[in-house]
Amino acid sequence: MLRIDIETCIGCGVCEEECTFGAIEVIDGVAVVNEKCTLCGSCVDSCEVEALSIEKKEKAIQADLDEWSGIMIYAEFRHAKVAPVSFELLGIGRQLADQQKVPLSAVLLGSGLGDAAKDLIAYGADKVFQVDDPSLECFTDEIYGNILEDLALEQKPEVILAGATAIGRSFIPSVATSLATGLTADCTQLAIREDDGVLLQTRPAFGGNIMATIECPHTRPQMATVRPRVMKAAECDPDRSGEIIDYQPQPERLQSRVKVLRNVLEEQDQVNITEGETIVAGGRGLDNEKGFELIKQLADAMGGAVGASRAAVDSEWIAYPHQVGQTGKTVNPKLYIACGISGAIQHVVGMQSSETIVAINRDSDAPIFDVATYGIVGDLFEVVPKLIEKIKERRG
Amino acid sequence: MDYFLTEEQQMIVDIARQITDEKIIPQRAELDEKEEFATDILNDIAQADLYGLYIPEEYGGFGGGCFEIVLALEQFGRGCVAIATSFAASALGAYPILLSGSEEMKQKYMPDVASGKKRAAFALTEANAGSDASGIQTTAVLDGDEWVLNGTKQWITNAGEAQIYSVVAITDKSKGARGASMFVVEDTDPGFSCGPKEKKMGIRASATCELIFKDCRIPKDRLIGRQGLGFIIVMKTLDLSRPGIAVLGVGLGQAALDESVTYAKQRVQFGKPIISFQAIQHMLADMAIQLEASRALVYAAAKHIAEHPKDMSKASSMCKVFATDMAMKVTTDAVQVLAGYGYMREYPVEKMMRDAKILQIYEGTNQIQRNVIGQELNKEYT
Amino acid sequence: MNIIVCIKQVPDAKDVRLDPKTNTMAREGVESIMNPFDRHAVEEGVRLKEKHGGTVTVISMGPPQAEAVLREAVSCGADEAVLVSDRAFAGADTWATTYTLGKAIEKLGQFDLILCGKQAIDGDTAQVGPGLAKRLNIPYVSYVRKITGFENGALQLHRLMDDGYDEVEIPLPGLLTVVKEINEPRVPSLKGKMKAKGLSIKSLNAEDIDADVESLGLPGSTTQVVKVFAPEFKGERAMLEGTVDEQVAQLINKLEPYL
Repeated sequence: MLRIDIETCIGCGVCEEECTFGAIEVIDGVAVVNEKCTLCGSCVDSCEVEALSIEKKEKAIQADLDEWSGIMIYAEFRHAKVAPVSFELLGIGRQLADQQKVPLSAVLLGSGLGDAAKDLIAYGADKVFQVDDPSLECFTDEIYGNILEDLALEQKPEVILAGATAIGRSFIPSVATSLATGLTADCTQLAIREDDGVLLQTRPAFGGNIMATIECPHTRPQMATVRPRVMKAAECDPDRSGEIIDYQPQPERLQSRVKVLRNVLEEQDQVNITEGETIVAGGRGLDNEKGFELIKQLADAMGGAVGASRAAVDSEWIAYPHQVGQTGKTVNPKLYIACGISGAIQHVVGMQSSETIVAINRDSDAPIFDVATYGIVGDLFEVVPKLIEKIKERRG
Repeated sequence: MDYFLTEEQQMIVDIARQITDEKIIPQRAELDEKEEFATDILNDIAQADLYGLYIPEEYGGFGGGCFEIVLALEQFGRGCVAIATSFAASALGAYPILLSGSEEMKQKYMPDVASGKKRAAFALTEANAGSDASGIQTTAVLDGDEWVLNGTKQWITNAGEAQIYSVVAITDKSKGARGASMFVVEDTDPGFSCGPKEKKMGIRASATCELIFKDCRIPKDRLIGRQGLGFIIVMKTLDLSRPGIAVLGVGLGQAALDESVTYAKQRVQFGKPIISFQAIQHMLADMAIQLEASRALVYAAAKHIAEHPKDMSKASSMCKVFATDMAMKVTTDAVQVLAGYGYMREYPVEKMMRDAKILQIYEGTNQIQRNVIGQELNKEYT
Repeated sequence: MNIIVCIKQVPDAKDVRLDPKTNTMAREGVESIMNPFDRHAVEEGVRLKEKHGGTVTVISMGPPQAEAVLREAVSCGADEAVLVSDRAFAGADTWATTYTLGKAIEKLGQFDLILCGKQAIDGDTAQVGPGLAKRLNIPYVSYVRKITGFENGALQLHRLMDDGYDEVEIPLPGLLTVVKEINEPRVPSLKGKMKAKGLSIKSLNAEDIDADVESLGLPGSTTQVVKVFAPEFKGERAMLEGTVDEQVAQLINKLEPYL
């Protein structure tokens, strides 16, 4: 409940400005809250006369809170490979572990793990808990969840991170529920708060139109799934040493009510470009189908979808579902990179509400530069390959 | 403008609008290009309980009147006149049975039409009998317990896609206008077949074919009402259904106006969006005026007809003429506003203009309608 | 098959923007809608009912206005609707939400299947489905793209993975979260709308579900929001000059948040 002390309130309206949800307004000189209030507390912090408070019962802090120490990451392993997100988790995990001066451990589950644990150590894990068992050949929420839960209760890490992949987003919520603790999904930033060592978890909400920073102050472990391709992957140091522990779960923990019958691999065809966060689009400037390959490469490097102007589609360098514009699709991704696209209104109406627009074109008069956030006048056959190279370097 | 719909009427509009926005508009260009019948969309309309909107509740319909149907058809017309026509034509084929069929006949056919399981069609026109419907030459001769039909019908909407056909045939040539009767022919009846689909200027997703009756034998009880009532049933059917066609013009006009205004706001020439030029503004204003006037007239006519008054013909004809002439003008103007782009098949307005033309022709040409209105006026003033 | 579908009323996320200058979410013109993924869950529930018989009950935890989405679900084929509403639920995170929904579902009696949409477009966490299954101690499968069969008291289905899909079998009672690709939701029917209009919606408050007050709403949440802010808004516009290397370096710099 948001409490407003009407005696203290001076009706200055700072809270009204601060409120993201339009839940508080100054009416007749005093602040009034309505049902849109989500109890986020931003107004409380902003009130200069301390007239606002959120009635919070001092929540019982988990009894053994202080015993939880260490950063643990779930290293995803599927189809005989460690998934790339695992190295990103080791990257951010290392930062957090160093800040807290605690060890970084990884949990590796699968069948036929081979030397994967050694790789995890090379990428920064101090300890790897591995379980190599046929029952783990295929991912099941129950078995993977059981093992992670047991390890968590045994090792008591203060933080557990997993990738926000199909697997991570599926079983981690179940683990968090079993551990009666908080979970923040799809984080794009993680940091340790200086004064109390609590993990600050920042994530997009409302389809990414808003960012929220979340904490889990009273329970442990603090759990978060991390958006893939956002955090920087750890560096590989083959000479790093660490401990590999063959963890033995109790047999009943290797049971799953859900049965996996078959894995089917499918080509991910990003034809529904309207759902993408990043779109790399190409136009007439790509010259030919081979030139258009560059667009696909840049899109891959950015983890984005491929878009096209009508000219590219009419020239049959790419199929119609990729067409953006008046007679194609309307998109509004976070990032739209237009290469070799002049920016005629018929194209622009399909992408002008993208959050950030980058244009690369050799014609400085091209109308695309009127809507671009960042423009590069240049030869895209020089610029784009360099861009791809630099991005790949950054990604590690 | 607010037409003060009842809650139920608003529900009908909301559902029809949702179907139009979610199902019809995304598919209309492709269906038009491929001349493909929109079976799936008609099934969606049926599942939403709108296919049987005009059919009485005791036969599984909603029991709605003329105005309710007009409200639904206006939305579908805004989406695609071809698809809306397929729906309206099924109603046209069902009306004779509802108006004059025996109870057994209604029980037999109406529930399936209401549920969308079966589609209907109306077969009057022939090569030599369009506006002059009395010139039809298809015959029906009683042979024992069966009627035997011979002849060919032309340009029948839903032909080949319908299962139930209301067919007008001459049963007694000597009786002139009282010599025709109406029959129900089913798609499986022996001696009945459809010709190939006609290639049309517009409403290409609507199926239009010849119906061929070659010693087509149907049971005696397929006669709708009594012998000799043929043209009377036709007149009554068309009176009832005309507002439905008129409102397709309203929906179409609305769609054309929407595209025109949106485009005019976006298109910049001489440094300004073209909507800031009076020439364009005046065009749009005239389009909007004619559109709203048509809507008001069609709604008024539909409400009048819903009360089953003795005199429906004049109202029915007036709204058909006005709204369909309006649609032709407004869609043509829409193409003009979009100019070069309007002419391109990639933009939706050229299809709207192509679709509009038929509204002035079918269900009684606008010239015949004016005849009707003239004659009614003559009768009114004694 | 007795099916429960959990649905949520959400603001239409794509229209929600945070004005970075005022740090306010522009709420005018933002409609409240049924969470789009939940439309697919309702549709799947109705299809299963049409195929195998049974009932579909939709349930939503929300303020009184959430009744609108419950009625919408009924107009699309659901049979019963339950609103779980109490001021004490305000501020709930997914932990408190799964507690509340779990308690409410316990009051509904026997069920065979619970369906949820993959995620809600305001929170985007995708946590309630799996968390709820855990609370009720039933198996679950998330990201279901297709239900292929119902045999021996189990559902056979395809579950989407990042690299394709898995063919999976789940014994009932169980919980599924579904993705958009699973079906095309139907449009409301006229009869459905009329039924929805006249339907009496059961409303359960904290007492009705025997909830422990400490576990509800903000006090019952394990996570809390520290702050809310607009994503990095670059009001600037810049032409990047220099050699190709310089231009690329500047661009990479600017695109940091996206990489």
